[in-house]
Amino acid sequence: MIASAVEFLRLLSRRPVGLAGFIGVVAFALMAYVAPLFVPLLTDPNIREVYQSPSFAHPLGTDFQGRDVLNQIVYGGRDILTVGFLAAAFSTLLAVSLGGLAATVGGRLDTVILAITDVALTIPQLILLIVVAAIVRPSGFLVLAVILALLQWPSLLRQVRAQVLSLKERDWVEAARSLDLGLFHIIFREMLPNMRSYIAIHFILAMTQAIYAQAGIIFLGLVPLSGQNWGIMLYFANSQGAIFFRDSFWYILSPILAIALFQLSLVSLASALEDIFNPRLRSA
Amino acid sequence: MTVTAAQARLRPTFNARRYLGATWRHPVARALAKAVLTVWAATTITFFLIRLMPGSPVDIKIDELINTSNGGLTYDEARTIASSLFAINLDAPLHEQYFSFLFNVARGDLGNSFLSQGTPVLSIIMGVLPWTLFAVGSGLLLAFVSGVGLGLVAAYRRNSLFDHVVNSLASIVTSVPNFLVALLIVLIFGVQMRLIPIAAMRGSYTPGVEIGFNLTFVLDVLFHASLPITVFFLTSIGHWVLSMRSATMAALDEDYVTAARARGLTDGRITTAYVGRNAVLPLVTQFAIAAGYVVGGAVIIETIFVYQGVGLKLYNAVFQRDYPVMQGIVLLTTAAVVTANLIADLLYTRLDPRIGRAGGAGG
Repeated sequence: MIASAVEFLRLLSRRPVGLAGFIGVVAFALMAYVAPLFVPLLTDPNIREVYQSPSFAHPLGTDFQGRDVLNQIVYGGRDILTVGFLAAAFSTLLAVSLGGLAATVGGRLDTVILAITDVALTIPQLILLIVVAAIVRPSGFLVLAVILALLQWPSLLRQVRAQVLSLKERDWVEAARSLDLGLFHIIFREMLPNMRSYIAIHFILAMTQAIYAQAGIIFLGLVPLSGQNWGIMLYFANSQGAIFFRDSFWYILSPILAIALFQLSLVSLASALEDIFNPRLRSA
Repeated sequence: MTVTAAQARLRPTFNARRYLGATWRHPVARALAKAVLTVWAATTITFFLIRLMPGSPVDIKIDELINTSNGGLTYDEARTIASSLFAINLDAPLHEQYFSFLFNVARGDLGNSFLSQGTPVLSIIMGVLPWTLFAVGSGLLLAFVSGVGLGLVAAYRRNSLFDHVVNSLASIVTSVPNFLVALLIVLIFGVQMRLIPIAAMRGSYTPGVEIGFNLTFVLDVLFHASLPITVFFLTSIGHWVLSMRSATMAALDEDYVTAARARGLTDGRITTAYVGRNAVLPLVTQFAIAAGYVVGGAVIIETIFVYQGVGLKLYNAVFQRDYPVMQGIVLLTTAAVVTANLIADLLYTRLDPRIGRAGGAGG
């Protein structure tokens, strides 16, 4: 386990972009989950320091109530990251189990699952998500994550299915089948271990989609607003017209950069992983 | 074609399953069936969302009617009004409500808007949908054409400076959420640098401009649509560059390219007819999925730029709890994406001669 982690870091260190992505993801995770343990949340308004530019006391400036923006960025990551992670976990689980089932069983079940996937893929997901959010008003982490997952599994399922279909033809799977080891054994012992890297990459990409959709519906004000969160910062900036204020530049830029940099880190990490695990693409 | 006696004996008189299977394997029939299935699914999902969700819109509307009338309405009266508003007979069993709803949708009757009483949802949406389709369509097409071109050139000049620059820029623009790009444009070019008159660019055209096919109107429409188009273009071009680049690199290794070179064909002909055509094929099928994705993103982009399209309409409908409009938007945007899908499928069968032949022989 440790040896493979060291090997992984060694391979990653040869890819500057991937390494930067990895460091970015770790840094954002530390900031969102560990930093709040050491830094107190500052909520007291300070009317004399509204919309200040970055300074030593406020590295990212202050907001419309004179509060420190960096402090809000530190506290605003946890909810976004948690929901993104959970949504990606749910949709990956759904896609891997249904996609694996469709490809291994084949026949009519495959046709049905694939037809449902195609249909779900064609309905504009963000529009459906907005309508669902308007009706359900998701207030908890879990509800929001489940809704996001329910809308984003289809593209992943197609890819998992294609991957399983190609694995199915390999010798060792053929051997397991001829030994009559059962569907359960074939899926969990033969196929899944060979798809770990593939699933990890798609998990990361699913997370970027979940964060995109999540930030989008929070920005539109469709999720009951509570606590600190990058999306909520953007919602306030937009709904209060702060975006048209020349002074509020740093306040709005901070959450935009936080979301964009985190997404960029995830995508860079995912493409480096693809490069490491899929040497065929590593062409000269 | 003459049929021999032996063949005639082997041919079954009528076999429904076989007949359906043959139809399913025919690409055009299959694409049509998929289109109908998708629109039906979208209809069904929205119907059950509105009728069955805990605290469903129908219940909320009934409560709202009772509250706003200050006791002037009894529960049953409010229920009757809600029933006519949603164009659903609430007393009928659920499956009957569902089938009459489906029947209405099939006739093009999507009910009336809650807010502007008596205005059909269909005409409301039809007034805004073309603007969105125009902006999304232009942005996507521009991105597709230039992305495919850049990807092709990048693959030919693998590992050159051009390739590295195009590749990294494409990776960056694909990973940044499109509405953040829209916000950045407003923030940097609109507010800080004052290069773009964002306030004047709101709406889909300037009020007072004579509507019609004249130069002023066309230019005005382009002026108002330019920011959404720019965002759709910037945020979807990266995907096409990256896909086309890897598809071209794969095609360049194919034997038929070597064979074409050996036959002494010109480089230009090899690039367009042999490499480009084969590399672009899989991208055509992705186009429809991209269209769905971009139409979804349009909700947030249109809200930011205050562009009077279907996205801004949905945003307003959500906050005014105008459920029939929301429902209609889900249906019609799905129908629009399905149509794009259908065109892509048909185009694909035209571009790839193998599909048509294999499909025709099925059964």
